[in-house]
Amino acid sequence: MKSILRGAVAALALTAAGSVAQAADLKACFVYVGPVGDFGWSYQHDQGRLAVEEHFGDRVETAYLESVPEGPDAERAIERFARDGCGLIFTTSFGYMNPTIKVAKKFPDVKFEHATGYKTADNVATYNSKFHEGRYIIGQIAAKQSKTGVAGYIASFPIPEVVSGINAFMLGAQSINPDFKLKVVWVNTWFDPGKEADAAKALIDQGADIITQHTDSTAPLQVAQERGVHGFGQASDMINFAKDAQYTAIIDDWAPYYIERVQEVLDGKWHSHSAWDGISEGHVVMAPYTNLPDDVVEMAKATEAKIKGGWEPFTGPITKQDGTEAAADGVRLEDGAILGMNWYVKGIDDKLPQ
Amino acid sequence: MFEAVLLTVITAATPLLIAAVGELVVERSGVLNLGVEGMMIMGAVVGFAVANQTGSGSLGVVAAIVAGMAMSALFGFLVLILVTNQVASGLALTILGLGLSGMIGEAFIGVPGLRLPELYIPVLSEIPFVGPVFFQQDALVYVSFLLVGAVSYMLFKTRAGLILRAVGDNHVSAHALGYSVVRVRFMATLFGGACAGLAGAYMSLAYTPQWVENMTAGRGWIALALVVFASWLPFRVVAGAYLFGAVTVLTFHAQAQGLGIPSQFLSSLPYLATIAVLVLISANRRLTLVNTPACLGKPFVPDR
Repeated sequence: MKSILRGAVAALALTAAGSVAQAADLKACFVYVGPVGDFGWSYQHDQGRLAVEEHFGDRVETAYLESVPEGPDAERAIERFARDGCGLIFTTSFGYMNPTIKVAKKFPDVKFEHATGYKTADNVATYNSKFHEGRYIIGQIAAKQSKTGVAGYIASFPIPEVVSGINAFMLGAQSINPDFKLKVVWVNTWFDPGKEADAAKALIDQGADIITQHTDSTAPLQVAQERGVHGFGQASDMINFAKDAQYTAIIDDWAPYYIERVQEVLDGKWHSHSAWDGISEGHVVMAPYTNLPDDVVEMAKATEAKIKGGWEPFTGPITKQDGTEAAADGVRLEDGAILGMNWYVKGIDDKLPQ
Repeated sequence: MFEAVLLTVITAATPLLIAAVGELVVERSGVLNLGVEGMMIMGAVVGFAVANQTGSGSLGVVAAIVAGMAMSALFGFLVLILVTNQVASGLALTILGLGLSGMIGEAFIGVPGLRLPELYIPVLSEIPFVGPVFFQQDALVYVSFLLVGAVSYMLFKTRAGLILRAVGDNHVSAHALGYSVVRVRFMATLFGGACAGLAGAYMSLAYTPQWVENMTAGRGWIALALVVFASWLPFRVVAGAYLFGAVTVLTFHAQAQGLGIPSQFLSSLPYLATIAVLVLISANRRLTLVNTPACLGKPFVPDR
């Protein structure tokens, strides 16, 4: 009964999002997994959309649908956009991958951009950011700053993007303290402030004095602030919620990419590709380092500079959790191996959900 | 350690408890209001906004209660006066609440909130273990327990409660006896709205003091399920809410301990537990029927 009701709610929500008559050269449409007000993932994508509007003015019209569930509902939402005259559709969550591909087959003239996925087609490009670069840096900071030597990681779903983030964090931490411990809690949701807060409390109660998250709300950082431990902002700068607790935040800045791709469609130069940019290109930005001693800030900035110089955090020696070698000394993991990562590095105190 | 777990469980269970007790009264009067989620989220946003503007948590709580009541008054007008379909109206109320709250709350995204202070009850709060868990909570936790006691007393020990249950069980007879079915139901609906608003305020002022869209994340629906789970008995709602909160929190602890149980299974545990208890309770059909309001969800039009 409940799921039927939810379905009805979703269906109504979809029909409620109306469309406006078209006058612009291009209509760019965005599908978000969370509400635009989550102050995390979807919020940042919407900031990118607003940047597009500002940059192109009347030439480009934008539209968005928020809180679209991953799965069959997403297909309807995407198809609706395609029928409504959207020339370029950004689907901004991993779970929209198959729906995007499916709808793209039906609408060969519409261009699709799917975030964080790995399936492309002639009219489907993928784009992603190297969040793991930022996670390596915060791992280093965590190991420097932790007194208990234990960090807590609030994770959403066991998909490669999240797993590689955990691994990068751990590699960063191990580069400072080889015995560093990491506790992982999977909350199986992208957005539920209450659950995220509960998970943060559980981790702190079990000895973690650094909290980091791959979920979208500010709740964990707020708990860190209350309990007097520290943490990192996710997706946007969350310093307002945790003045004393936030060391830095990994900010997703989608604006440059969105503007670039919209421009390419307007110029007729759009091609399908798999974009994957990070700190060097300004798609991943570290928020100002706060509440940290100078030497740690310097270390973080040095790592940032190293990454800008072309260094990849997933450079060997890397040992998997089961003891086998993932990359030999000095060997850099291939992009595909990072984008499809389904194993933990050695030292993580958790079993990866399969 | 145990103490810490218990504290987390209390905060996780309190919003469910408050919202469910309110809905219990509504359903006891024979009205099914599926709009709990919508009223809760409105309580959350209005409570946050007012607390943020005035700097007073108490004013925020009061405003949240009023917001919940306003939503439920709209619902009451629709289903009791205009006699619209209760299920559809309740769903509409949820959708309205989610949308409207997003609009009202736009200005408050990314604004840090205000946390309700904890009330330390003198002497009692000094007792080791018992003190921190039971006597150092924010006011709303105490309110939630007082609420359960008061509702239970009202329903089963007072004349007003008897009338309320009569209206819920057989509105035709209650009407024939001279009670105003619509008025009783309207009052009950308003009470349910007030509780949902209060539960929302707990979310945005105590649980996670911030405003983000959709922050109740389905807790209104859980509260609805808890009412059935409790077979419409107030004290069982406490058991249900705390069981749900406890299982949720313990799954996180189990994971942090590295017990190696699949997290997807752990995440589904609270729901599995709910289903298991529902099956157990409904096994005794006779007892279930005794407590189920016989006129639940049925419209009533006074014949004069």
